[in-house]
This record gives sequence, structure tokens and C-alpha cells, in this order.
Amino acid sequence: MIHIDVNIAGWARRHNFLDALFRAGTAGFAIVVLLLLGAVLLALVRGAWPALAQFGAGFLVTEAWNPVKDRFGALAPIYGTLTTAAIAMLVGVPISFGIAVFLTETCPPWLKRPLGIAIELLAGIPSIIYGIWGLFIFAPFLQSTLQPFLIATHGELPWIGELFAGPPFGIGVLTAGLVLAIMVLPFITSIMRDVFETVPPMLRESAYGVGATTWEVVWNVVLPYTRAGVVGGVMLGLGRALGETMAVTFVIGNAHRISASVLAPGTTISATLANEFTEAIGELYISSLFALGLILFAITFIVLALARLMLARLKRQAGS
Amino acid sequence: MTLYARRRIRNAIALALSGAAMVFGVAWLAAILWALLANGVSALSIAMFTQMTPPPGSAGGLLNAIYGSAVMTVIATLIGAPVGVFAGTYLAEYGEGSRLVPVIRFVNDILLSAPSIIVGLFVYEIMVVQVGHFSAWAGATALALIVIPVVVRTTEDMLRLVPNSLREATAALGTPRWKIVTHVLYRAALQGMVTGAMLAVARISGETAPLLFTALNNQFWSTDLDAPMANLPVVIFQFALSPYEDWQKLAWSGALLITFVILILNVVARALASRSKKLV
Amino acid sequence: MIDKTMSAEPARTADPIRPPVSVATAPTETPAPGARPKVEIRDLRFFYKSFEALKGVSLAFDDKSVTAFIGPSGCGKSTLLRVMNRIYELYPEQRATGEVLIDGRDMLAPDQDLNLLRAKVGMVFQKPTPFPMSIYDNIAFGIRLYEKLPKGEMDGRVEAALDQAALWDEVKDKLGQNGLSLSGGQQQRLCIARAIAVQPEILLLDEPASALDPITTSKIEELIGELKSRYCIAIVTHNMQQAARISDRTAFMYLGELIEFDDTATIFTHPSNKMTEEYVTGRFG
Repeated sequence: MIHIDVNIAGWARRHNFLDALFRAGTAGFAIVVLLLLGAVLLALVRGAWPALAQFGAGFLVTEAWNPVKDRFGALAPIYGTLTTAAIAMLVGVPISFGIAVFLTETCPPWLKRPLGIAIELLAGIPSIIYGIWGLFIFAPFLQSTLQPFLIATHGELPWIGELFAGPPFGIGVLTAGLVLAIMVLPFITSIMRDVFETVPPMLRESAYGVGATTWEVVWNVVLPYTRAGVVGGVMLGLGRALGETMAVTFVIGNAHRISASVLAPGTTISATLANEFTEAIGELYISSLFALGLILFAITFIVLALARLMLARLKRQAGS
Repeated sequence: MTLYARRRIRNAIALALSGAAMVFGVAWLAAILWALLANGVSALSIAMFTQMTPPPGSAGGLLNAIYGSAVMTVIATLIGAPVGVFAGTYLAEYGEGSRLVPVIRFVNDILLSAPSIIVGLFVYEIMVVQVGHFSAWAGATALALIVIPVVVRTTEDMLRLVPNSLREATAALGTPRWKIVTHVLYRAALQGMVTGAMLAVARISGETAPLLFTALNNQFWSTDLDAPMANLPVVIFQFALSPYEDWQKLAWSGALLITFVILILNVVARALASRSKKLV
Repeated sequence: MIDKTMSAEPARTADPIRPPVSVATAPTETPAPGARPKVEIRDLRFFYKSFEALKGVSLAFDDKSVTAFIGPSGCGKSTLLRVMNRIYELYPEQRATGEVLIDGRDMLAPDQDLNLLRAKVGMVFQKPTPFPMSIYDNIAFGIRLYEKLPKGEMDGRVEAALDQAALWDEVKDKLGQNGLSLSGGQQQRLCIARAIAVQPEILLLDEPASALDPITTSKIEELIGELKSRYCIAIVTHNMQQAARISDRTAFMYLGELIEFDDTATIFTHPSNKMTEEYVTGRFG
């Protein structure tokens, strides 16, 4: 037997070195991920600095957005971002919940997979497709159906009427919110479904055992048990709705003003960035856009962080 | 009405509503796909794949945009996937007992769902501003930054699915740790990791926001990575919002093309994933 | 075709990989060979976080013999095996104190290279763990770690290992197939072949037949009987008849302590400890 001899001590040294190298190397890349978040924050602060220095905290509460006079304030985009996201949640969360309940409780087993895949495909469609569809198909559709209906039925009411004042443009805050609702639907649904499936079968069965109906099991057992996860999923969807760019840019109308009516055009932080950034001239203008980005980053960071903490809590609970 | 009857009615209503929600959700998918087919197919032509994006008012194709998207997607994957695989490996294999790893995992989860337009701003600040002009490199970097968290997550998840018994069995032969990971665990987790990479590719091939401030767009054929480069999403964005009918048509066919590619990537990736689950 | 005399045993002394290992592991004062047990465990304690799973176990056993470890689950018998090749060190919250001497050298010493230790102490686990690669590569993987062999010689080593594990005839026509495609019993024999292919000195078997059907179990038991002539074997088993059938010496453990250690015949016929007697007669456990 002829072996090409391996020097054993040398072998061990070499592999211990490679082990250390591999560990340090992968750790290096992991730290890159960690530093990335910090780098993003730093770059945004740096870019936003001139505007922050010029306008201070007033930037947050100023509505004016006038590139000619170099007067910038973030209030309109912030308002638009929050309003569209709120509409998206108002419409999207109950529907997501319904779909998740259907998929986990009443769906016949043979339909579960195809429907699950359909929902996941909806999540895979890029936002620009939602945008083009929203602009050419959905907005005209709303203009001729939902919007006249809302104006006719609610337009005359006190208080609420303000929300639905003005002509039906098709595009506008409401349309953007509804497109966002469709976009976040698959994300929230799939998390709710996964979270519902963490409920121990025994818990479910014992509830059925005392004669509860399916709905009562969902409402009184499944939902309380998974509350943290459900909230986490909703927050994750909210994070997406707040930061979504392309779909909103197409259908919101890009008007830097705050209107009481959800039928009026408006803007969001991301839509403002997408529309104006490459054409912005002047340090203060660009810097103000960076400041908008910084605000968006801060808002989504908080929302996403809370979402992850909620989901982690459910995971711990399910694990113990 | 008895209490029991009321409870049953409430149950029936609730379940009917949940079924309606399901129909509602699937209806949107159908509506979007139908709109894409109806508007996109009529605009499809050979010219789409052979001609450049046209000036306003004339016919043309999307060749330079398709090329640009492909190039930047490939570069982004080549940069992002290895970084993601190694970082994910660290989280899965060396995470036990570490205090840093949960923090990294948390940060990665944030990056995973952070608005992509922020990534565009970031790359603009660190690359475009420094060099002084937009470039395909900047676009690819922005996309790579979106790939990384996706791959980190799937790599970690897939490595965690590999049972510890396989790690022990490999170690029991006297296999050094690095070889356990690279020769056995990666092989066991391969299908899942490929799935993750494919989902990342699917995700970036439709991303528009991060390219707006990085690769920008280019109406002409360009292979220079150091110059602005055309790409499908930004072309769709600009053409769809333009008043010219030719451009809008091209936008629709581009949209159909992107969606088609992404849906195929998604379906194949999921099929792979369900197969790998059976094997593990 | 490989010459049977070339298979593991005769080759071991001629194997250039061995001398450096034994040089590296030999103590400075070498007593007469044969006088010393192959493995000697002294005051071994094992901690999982703060839980003490082994409470000062000491015992020794010889080369070319089968030592069985029995006891109710959680008694520490598997843990004991997992200390002997330090596989527990994959998990940072586990640690061991005491000494595990192999040929007189302490394997728990911090300067002992883990990989070399594990190459010398092979292990087969409860559940079959084929690698996700071909049958051939499953065997060749371990050999390639320590030796660079020309193709023909590697083929011979692979065949020899599969032959020793009584698997050759069943797989010789499908060496390129994935190891996962084999049946459970075949997978387990593949794992045994993989372990002996690297020519270890000691084989640790952690309930190697507990997941298998009775026919396959008897095949594995037969195999252990044959391997005994070449290796020092330690086996953990849940099955007392199995321990009685295949082992020379048996250790009974309970709650992390070694209760009794003696010739297998003695343990099963006149144990000196009351608890051992109750356990082997099936009154508890």
C-alpha cells in the first residue's frame, strides 16, 4: 500500500488554521451585514445634514415644498405616507385575516396548496407592475365606480363628507391606499397563516371538544394565542406599505399638499423621492430629499423593529 | 332565537366572509395577470428583443433595457449571494452562545423589509456622489444590497434544517469544521439555498426604486458598466408615465415580460423548496 | 479485485498515517504493551450547562473486545460515548472534566487535536446518517481527509470497507447512487463502513440497531462480532439481550454513575449490586 504521506502535525496545524480562517471569514461577512444598517443611517444623515441644519425640527411640520424659493418641509409627504398606509391597513388587515382563517380552518385540503401558491405569487409580483396596473386599469375603474358612489353616499354628510369631497380623479390618496392594501395582503396573510399553524392541535381540539364553533375557536382560542404574531405580521405589512415606492408613485398624483379629501391627489415620502430626486437641482433641494429619506428610514425602522420583536415573542412562546 | 342558533349563524357568516376574502384576494391576482396579458400580448413583437428603446413617437424595442437588467441582476447576484451565504453560515453554525449573532439576525430582518428606495439613496450617496455620475456598477451594488439579506435568511434557515446528527456524523470522522460546512452541510442544504438565491433574483429583477438614482437609464445601447445603463423597470416607469402611445405599449410588454420571468422563477424555486423539504 | 489481506487490519501497521499518530499520542514512559487497557477513564464528570450528567465515572477496557453500556435512558451512557471522541464540543454549553486515556494519553487534554482524535475514535450513531452524496463518496470522504490515494487504491479501500461492513454485495453495482437511496439497515451499515474506512482504533456504537428491524439488527450484531477481532468497541444499547449476546464486558449505569462493571456473564447472572440485578431482570428501567 502506497500512501502519499501526510504529515500529521502539519495536517492538524493547517486545518486548525483553515478552521479559524473560515470562522473569521464568515464572521466578517456577518459583521458587514451589521455595519450595513449603520452605514445606511450615516449616509442618510450626511446627505440630509444641510437641510436639517437649515430648517431644523421645523422641517417636520412645514407643509411648503417650493424648489424655486428653496423652502422645504416634510409635512405633506409624511401625511401622505401615513394616510395611504392607514388606508392600506384598514382594508388589507381584515381581508388578510379572512384569507388566513379560510386557509387554516375551512379550506379543503386539496385547495390549500394552490391557493397558498396563488397568494405567494401575488407577493412576488414587483411593485412596478402594481403601479402600471393601478394607473391604467384600477384608477379608471375606481373613477367610474367606487369614487362616485362614495361621493354620492357620503359627500353630503357632516365631518365624513370632508373625506370624500371633490371630483373623482381616479388617482389620489384613496387609490394609492387601496393598491397598497392589495400589495400588503399576501405578506400579512402568509404570516398570519404560519402563525395560526403554531397553535398546538390539543388547544384547538379541546375548544372544539366543549362545543365551540369554528369561528369561536378562531376568535377565542387561536387569535388570543397568536396575538403577538398577528400584530407582528400586521406591523411587517405596515412597514412595507410605508416604504412602498413605485406602485404609489404611479397612482397618487404627486401633489405636495394636504387635502382633507382622500379622493384628492397627494404624495408620499417615497413617491416624492422617486419623482424628484434625479431632477432636483441645488444642494438644499437634494438634501431635503435626503432628509425625507431619513424620516422614512426612521419610521420604517421603528415599525419593523416592533414587528420583529412581536414575532420573536410568539416564537419563544411556541417554543416553550 | 335560541343562543345556539345565534352562534351557528354567526359562525356561518364569519366563515362565509373569510371565503369571500379568499375569492377577493385571488381575484386581484387574476385581474392583474389578465390586464398584463390583455395589454402586453398585443404589444409583443420580435422588435422588442431586437431593437433599442425608441425616441418619443416612434416604434422600437427593449433590447438595451433587457440587456441592462440582465447584466445588473447577474452582477448583483454574484456579489450579493456569496456575501449572504457566508454571513448566513456564520449565523447558523457559529451563533450558539454568541451575543452578537441575535443582533445581526435582527438587523438582517430589518434590512430584509426595509424600503428599497432607501437603498437607492444610500448607494447614490456612497457611489454616485463620489464618482460624479450614475453607473451600472452603482445599480448592481444597490441590487446586491437587496440580495444579501434574502440570501442570509434562507442560508441560515436551510442550514438549521440540516439535522445535527449529520454534523456529528461528519465531525466523528475527524472532519475539520470548515470542511463539515463546505463539503457536507452546503450539499445537504443546497436545494434550499438555490431556492433562496432564485427568490432573491426574482425580487431584484423587478426592483425599480433602487435603480432610479443609481443606474438611472440610458436610451442607447451601452455595455459600459461605468456609465448609466438602461433597465426594464425604469424604462417601464418612464414609458408608462409618458403621453406617447408607442412608449406605453412598450411599457406593457416589458411589464408582461418581467412578470412572466418572475413568476417562473417563483414557481421553480418553490417546487425546488418543496422537494428539498422531502429529502431532509 | 482487492486482496483481502490488504484490508484494514494487516495494513494498519504499514500505514504511514499511523506512526505519527502513535508517536504523537504515546506517553513518555511506555509500559509493556498489552499490560495496559486500551481505554482508561478516570473520574469523568460531564456538565450540560449546570446539570451534571456524569458524576465521576472511572473504568477501563481492553483492545479487541466489546464493552456494552446499559442503563435506563438518561443514565449517561450515550454521554460517556460522546466524551470519548469529544463530539460534545460541537455544543458550547457542554463540558467535561477528568481524564480519558487512550494508550495512556489523555484525550481530554486541551492540546489534543480534535480532528485527529476523532479520526482515531470512530463513531456510529443511533440513526443512520449517510452524507448527501454517492455511496462511493460516502466512504471515500473520510479517507480523503487524511490520505491522498490514487484512484485504484481508493477503489480498493472503499471496497474493503464496504466488504467489512457486509454491504459490498448489495451495493457494488450502484456505487454512484446517492447514499440516501439505501434502506435503513443498508444506510446504517454504510455508516459503519464509513467509520471503519478511516481505520480507527476504537469504534463507538451509540445504539446502532435501535432504529432497525430484527433481521437487520441481527446482521449488525454479527458484524460487530466480526469487527471485534480488529477494534476496541464500545456500544451503548437499550436492549439487554443484545448486550448479553455481543459484549465481553458490561457496564451498568444509573443517573450519571457507574453502578457496576464486570464480565457480561457475571452482570447478567450474578450481579453484585441490587440495582443492577433489578435492572437486568427487568424490574425497573
